[in-house]
Amino acid sequence: MEGVMNITAAKYYKSPNMIGDATTIKATIDGQELSVPMIESNRHYKAILAWVEEGNEIEAAD
Amino acid sequence: MTTKVPSELVSDQVFGRRNLFINGDMQVAQRATSATGQTGTGFHTVDRWEFVASSAGTWDISRSTTVPSGEGFAYSQKLDCTTADSSLDAGNYLIWRQKIEGINLQHLKYGTSSAEKLTLSFWVRSAKTGTYIVEFYNNNSAGIKLQSQSYTISSADTWEKKTITIDGDTALAFQNTTDGELLVYWWLAAGSTYSGGGSLNNSWNSSVANNTRAVGVVNLADSTSNDWYITGVQLEVGADATPFEHLTFDEQSSLCKRYYQQYSGFHAMPMWTYGRSNGSFQFVLEKEMRSQPSASYSGTLGSLNNANYCGIYETDWVTISSITLSPTSHESGNTKMIRIDSAHPTNTFASNNVAVGFYAGDNFLLIFDAEL
Repeated sequence: MEGVMNITAAKYYKSPNMIGDATTIKATIDGQELSVPMIESNRHYKAILAWVEEGNEIEAAD
Repeated sequence: MTTKVPSELVSDQVFGRRNLFINGDMQVAQRATSATGQTGTGFHTVDRWEFVASSAGTWDISRSTTVPSGEGFAYSQKLDCTTADSSLDAGNYLIWRQKIEGINLQHLKYGTSSAEKLTLSFWVRSAKTGTYIVEFYNNNSAGIKLQSQSYTISSADTWEKKTITIDGDTALAFQNTTDGELLVYWWLAAGSTYSGGGSLNNSWNSSVANNTRAVGVVNLADSTSNDWYITGVQLEVGADATPFEHLTFDEQSSLCKRYYQQYSGFHAMPMWTYGRSNGSFQFVLEKEMRSQPSASYSGTLGSLNNANYCGIYETDWVTISSITLSPTSHESGNTKMIRIDSAHPTNTFASNNVAVGFYAGDNFLLIFDAEL
């Protein structure tokens, strides 16, 4: 019964001087570009994980 | 210091905050007060309340000033059908709901022999009379449990107060998390996948057949004459519905901002350049959020031409390629601050590590969403 989110793009993002792995995903969800933190309590990140489970891939960061 | 209150004044009183819902009187609508042509799930107007739909008509959603007379409410939530679906497919549904964090449910003592009764009360009005369903959903990751209760709208276009009391569940606790652990659904339409069973699942059960969740519910989407209003929504401990707990706007707004915040109208927020093609500044949120939020903006990148724009100024407005609102960056786990990064064409700035200013008009929004 979770509303279906329409994800059309997802790419890891790292701030310019950031050390370590990316902790944010820039994603287009329901037509809107969102910066999504990679934590499981975030509903958009949960939707991205489900989208990946369906066989989609998150692009590498620049 | 102790303050004593004479017993004759308090014998009928319930102390402390009672309503487990936030924005039950629809006071707060940060996103918008109306949204037309809605067919899909989302938080479209009043805060905390989510419209959940799957191919069940088209709806104008608004915060209405139509309210029950003499009850002290200024607003209700209105759903107005603009395109009907009189023949729902099996898997279609129309729901209005709120999710409640587990950390706010521990005093219900679910999963113990002292599990508390819960009483739901609300005012509702619709052009369509008949049977409606409210469902309570314990979202425990060890295994969900749920139950549904029916209510009847008896008279068209007339406010009616409904009260539903359910027993506590002595077997399954609400997890002590900041996730949505109790979900309350107002079913407004349901295809046979959710309504085709023989009888309604009306006590706490696991392994519930989907088709017993909304047995008997009307199809509110079956006519463009249909609408549905609700306000004064309260969920409280105990077997009795007490009067609605009216909070000040500031209190209600503050509760909502744990889940959603938006900002506009920035004047010369100091930024720092990294190299000559990137800028950054740290933005402190008005209130700590439930979790690290998703972040976005609404408006146009460029100079501050009008209220819809944001701009970055060095010795003149500079070209902005993109803005990213990074909820984590160095502050992993931080729910109070957001890092805002800007990217620009090569060598936009005069030099590395210089201060520049971020501006935004009144209609350019920075948006932070930590909804459940």
